[in-house]
Amino acid sequence: MASQEMEQLVRREYKEGFVTDIESDTLPPGLDEGTIAFISKKKGEPEWMLEWRLEAYRKWLKMTPPSWAHLDYPPIDYQAISYFSAPKRPEDRPQSLDEVDPKLLETYEKLGIPLHERAALAGVAVDAVFDSVSVTTTFKEKLYEAGVIFCSISEAVKDYPELVRQYLGSVVPVTDNYFAALNSAVFTDGSFVFVPKGVTCPMELSTYFRINAANTGQFERTLIICEEGAQVSYLEGCTAPMRDENQLHAAVVELVALDDAYIKYSTVQNWYPGDEDGKGGIYNFVTKRGDCRGDRSRISWTQVETGSAITWKYPSCVLRGKESIGEFYSVAVTNGRQQADTGTKMIHIGEGTRSSIISKGISAGRSNQSYRGLVKIGPRAKGARNFTQCDSLLIGDQCGAHTFPYQEIGNSTATVEHEATTSKIGEDQLFYCQSRGISEEDAVSMIVNGFCKDVFQELPMEFAVEAEALLSVTLEGSVG
Amino acid sequence: MLEVKDLHVTVEGKEILKGLSLTINAGEVHAIMGPNGAGKSTLSAVIAGKEGYEVTSGSITFEGKDVLEMEVEERALAGLLLGFQYPVEIPGVKNIYLLKAALNAKRAANGQPEIPAPEFLKLVKEKAAEMKLDASFLQRSVNEGFSGGEKKRNEILQMLVLQPRLAMLDEIDSGLDIDAMKVVADGVNSLRDKERGILLVTHYQRLLDYIVPDHVHVLVDGRIAKSGGAELALELESRGYDWVLEESAA
Repeated sequence: MASQEMEQLVRREYKEGFVTDIESDTLPPGLDEGTIAFISKKKGEPEWMLEWRLEAYRKWLKMTPPSWAHLDYPPIDYQAISYFSAPKRPEDRPQSLDEVDPKLLETYEKLGIPLHERAALAGVAVDAVFDSVSVTTTFKEKLYEAGVIFCSISEAVKDYPELVRQYLGSVVPVTDNYFAALNSAVFTDGSFVFVPKGVTCPMELSTYFRINAANTGQFERTLIICEEGAQVSYLEGCTAPMRDENQLHAAVVELVALDDAYIKYSTVQNWYPGDEDGKGGIYNFVTKRGDCRGDRSRISWTQVETGSAITWKYPSCVLRGKESIGEFYSVAVTNGRQQADTGTKMIHIGEGTRSSIISKGISAGRSNQSYRGLVKIGPRAKGARNFTQCDSLLIGDQCGAHTFPYQEIGNSTATVEHEATTSKIGEDQLFYCQSRGISEEDAVSMIVNGFCKDVFQELPMEFAVEAEALLSVTLEGSVG
Repeated sequence: MLEVKDLHVTVEGKEILKGLSLTINAGEVHAIMGPNGAGKSTLSAVIAGKEGYEVTSGSITFEGKDVLEMEVEERALAGLLLGFQYPVEIPGVKNIYLLKAALNAKRAANGQPEIPAPEFLKLVKEKAAEMKLDASFLQRSVNEGFSGGEKKRNEILQMLVLQPRLAMLDEIDSGLDIDAMKVVADGVNSLRDKERGILLVTHYQRLLDYIVPDHVHVLVDGRIAKSGGAELALELESRGYDWVLEESAA
């Protein structure tokens, strides 16, 4: 589309109904090209960005939602969703902790979150004291000295357009899947990281403190680039349950590792899972992919998934570079009526590429969980190796665990190993612990944490502690 | 301290214990012997609170408290500790971690704070050494890949750390070679105390060469058919169980 026409379109759409809305900073439910133009304008984006979004939108219109996952949910009405909502104004938020749901506060307490942070997490209007503001600023200076760029994707579009244009959509193409296309059209926030050649990022980068922004971000877009020999460890997520009226969360994460680069991406996800009867909760449809573009590069995904009503998520690695390494360590816990279809894809393209997959699934209550993993060895991937270990633990007898391993081996020199186990949390194990004076809940949490140990030890220290606490909270009352 | 009165227990509809009575006082070591299938292991399992055993009548009291009304962990915290014949494996849970959690649960129940880490380490290393287990053993997953002897020694190690009021040991000698049995017996003997009761369940007399009991009971067909001193065990060794059966039938 010619840029002139584009401009006209934008103007026309605004004239026809969005002008008055600009002041209020929110959009009514619905999605059309005008919505996208509004978002782009609101973010002060350059024209190429809007064009990119619109192209994604038009392709999305022709796509259909995936139906192969082992998930059960009613069709989503995409016209009933609001695609842009500014953060709530201070006067609209709860004014003190007294106004916050006591059950939520109880959870924070169990997780050991300090009091002043609890207020911030619950969305109480205390912006001024929220640690992240000052923390981010101090960190930014240090990062700047090292040459690392760490900012929101919106800022990056404006400040580093050439980098964004080069890499955005290069790992997860706009048409990759239904939700990725939707995200490309309407993404509103997310992070951008660029680590230049030879630089090891001096600190772990984290979106943990940016919980405020999560209130608005149903469609985050994250892009991380490590140039030759660069290294970064990135942590995502929050350990606090979010009460969010938004139902759909469709994020896209793209990682690019050039020669000898190493990206470690850790997630602790605890979105609102819905109530005991399965009402409410987040539909988490996320596309995460890492591209080991360079030789000897390495990308490692570690995830702890405890929240969401529905999880559809397969962090993947494309092992293009010679001797590049892909890793996937996952713990997924479902309780109540949660459903999760999660796993990974390891696409071996380059020679001597290696991948390991360790997946631990824990199902309790009436939840259902599937591991879905693809290991693909391309014809040029001489000597490629994969090791997959996939263990499921069932708590109670009303839950389900399923494993769907897919292997496509296109090179006879490759070695692919797959191990899978399913076990029930043993009454004998529980009795053993309890007969030592340990309470049933502590015993469950001890056994489950033991089951997940291989994955937890991949998490950065402070996350590992939180993950353990989170697991006990999630599984509370799941036995007996 | 422990009083079992006219205990009747069924498992899956089948009556296993048929009116068992037993009194254990502090400072005493009791051995329950009997042929296979007599209900020896059922007794200690019921006292510890294992599921699947239905008490149809009778009572168990421990220091005046109704044991049958207590949760499994409450029984343990009250000082009733069971050493398992077949300790279960718990992958990924370090042995030392289980010990610490159990000890701290006990301390919490007694209103004590958690044990400081250095003090705890010193304690477990010392006790492990007594059981001839080296320190690396503590870092392994609970019972995972342990040899038969290691599993049994680990059960005694837990007793040494947790210091129960009444230690119940279910066939602690099964599958042990003579050296391992000596280590286990030394451990049990070190638990002997005028404040503590010990209940040994065993099929063979040979364990009682090393742990000399004050009282021996022969369990036959769900009841205690005969009681005596340590000499009764020797008699059983030479004559077998049949004569007790005949005597009790008469």
